[in-house]
Amino acid sequence: MEYLIQQLINGLTLGAIYGLIAIGYTMVYGIIGMINFAHGEVYMIGAFISIIAFTILGPFGFASPVLAIVIVLAVALIFTSVYGWAIERIAYRPLRGSFRLAPLISAIGVSIFLQNYVHMLQGAKMKPIQPVVRGGFVLAQEGNFVVQITYLQIGIIVATVALMAGFTYLIQRTSLGRAQRACEQDRKMAALLGVDVDRTISLTFVMGAALAAIAGLIFTLYYGAVDFFIGFLAGLKAFTAAVLGGIGSLPGAMLGGVLIGLIEAFWSAYFPIAYKDVAVFGILVVVLIFRPTGLLGRPDIEKV
Amino acid sequence: MSKAPLLSVKNVKTHYGPVEALRGVSLDVHEGEIVALIGANGAGKSTLLMTICGDPRASEGQIVYDGNDITQTPLHQMVRLGIAQSPEGRRIFPRMSVLENLQLGAFAGDPANFEADIARVFRLFPRLAERSSQRAGTMSGGEQQMLAIGRALMSRPRLLLLDEPSLGLAPLLVAQIFDTIREINRSEAVTVLLVEQNAYHALRLAHRGYVLVNGAIRLSGTGPELLANPDIQQAYLAGGKG
Repeated sequence: MEYLIQQLINGLTLGAIYGLIAIGYTMVYGIIGMINFAHGEVYMIGAFISIIAFTILGPFGFASPVLAIVIVLAVALIFTSVYGWAIERIAYRPLRGSFRLAPLISAIGVSIFLQNYVHMLQGAKMKPIQPVVRGGFVLAQEGNFVVQITYLQIGIIVATVALMAGFTYLIQRTSLGRAQRACEQDRKMAALLGVDVDRTISLTFVMGAALAAIAGLIFTLYYGAVDFFIGFLAGLKAFTAAVLGGIGSLPGAMLGGVLIGLIEAFWSAYFPIAYKDVAVFGILVVVLIFRPTGLLGRPDIEKV
Repeated sequence: MSKAPLLSVKNVKTHYGPVEALRGVSLDVHEGEIVALIGANGAGKSTLLMTICGDPRASEGQIVYDGNDITQTPLHQMVRLGIAQSPEGRRIFPRMSVLENLQLGAFAGDPANFEADIARVFRLFPRLAERSSQRAGTMSGGEQQMLAIGRALMSRPRLLLLDEPSLGLAPLLVAQIFDTIREINRSEAVTVLLVEQNAYHALRLAHRGYVLVNGAIRLSGTGPELLANPDIQQAYLAGGKG
């Protein structure tokens, strides 16, 4: 029982990271109908910028971890957003109106480029940092086994729930969110009503990149080490999360992310850990057989 | 009519790839007028309305609005200049509520005007008030038409471009929509350029009309003149006064 609770906490934390990345996939899919396969790399870059920023801040000491995180967050948000914006501007916008596969191929190209670009600049070795946030609560104890929720895990889950609520509000209730949904449904009509479609699409990429940056920062804090390859599998799983929840649906992306985090954590706990990815993708296959539109992907779900 | 026209389309040509949809169209719309553009299916009426807004772009000629050349103005700037369109096929946002569609109509406007403007639209189309939280795509054709016109009005346009407001509507509803257009024009001083297949209704409503045939203006005149014209009667009014 104690073991189960511990895996639940670990799974939720992992799921929060997947969910935040998955929102970027789902928002971009919603507005321009393409899978941004470079999004996993945007997340990797967010993690790298975080680790570089922490390393630079390191010598000053983490007297106040909160202050350090806030500074790193700001830096990561700014730089990662610029990457997200630039990818759309350079690799996708010129192909808008081209055949459907063109931006997809371009996205794979961007993904390969970014991996190698980081590889070249930062090397192939894992970059570690000292733990920034230490400590936690002991929830239960049974013999030698301690169920613990760390301050970091609490922070991650609270931040993710808050971001999710904020984004839902933004999409459902604000003028910008309405403009995004309008672009999704009918771009030309949105323009006739005064929506600057190019700008709205750019903003969508920036928003997705910002969430990926936050996920990257969380990864850095949680695992304490980053390499140029982390975007590949995390991106693939977050994409799976978006499809599992129903691509185009914001709550679906979050739900999919949490489910995948939990599946991974529980599979690793009770079954051979080497097969945890098989379990994740196996569940995706099963869900898609019975619900091809994903768990929440009904046409009447508000999409972005 | 000595003043310069509010909208002046000068020898405009529009191409879809190699196909020439408009072959040099010229027309004027003066402030305060209702101008009807009639013609058969495929004559280029809707293309002309979209060309005025800039998508597709005119490949030749000039479009002048309020003294300014708007031929190359970006699509999303048009509503800020005071041009609103209720386009062909209505193009309401089906997965949004009626209220959200109207909010989008006011996207480029001053938020301070929103309450007054939505009250005005609800007064013109009480049906929309009843349905305000309903998903627009689930409404009937007539209700969607009201929404498309209401949404265009939310931006407080000076020039309203209406594409086939009567399409697919029951006769009673057609009369009601045309009454509303007259009211918008009279009491709100909105200039209207109206595309219609329903030539009889359109020409009775309009101050002036143009007849578009195969991408070119064939005839023009006042509403009563065109209604009395034997060619028009034969080509567009035969088969009753739908």
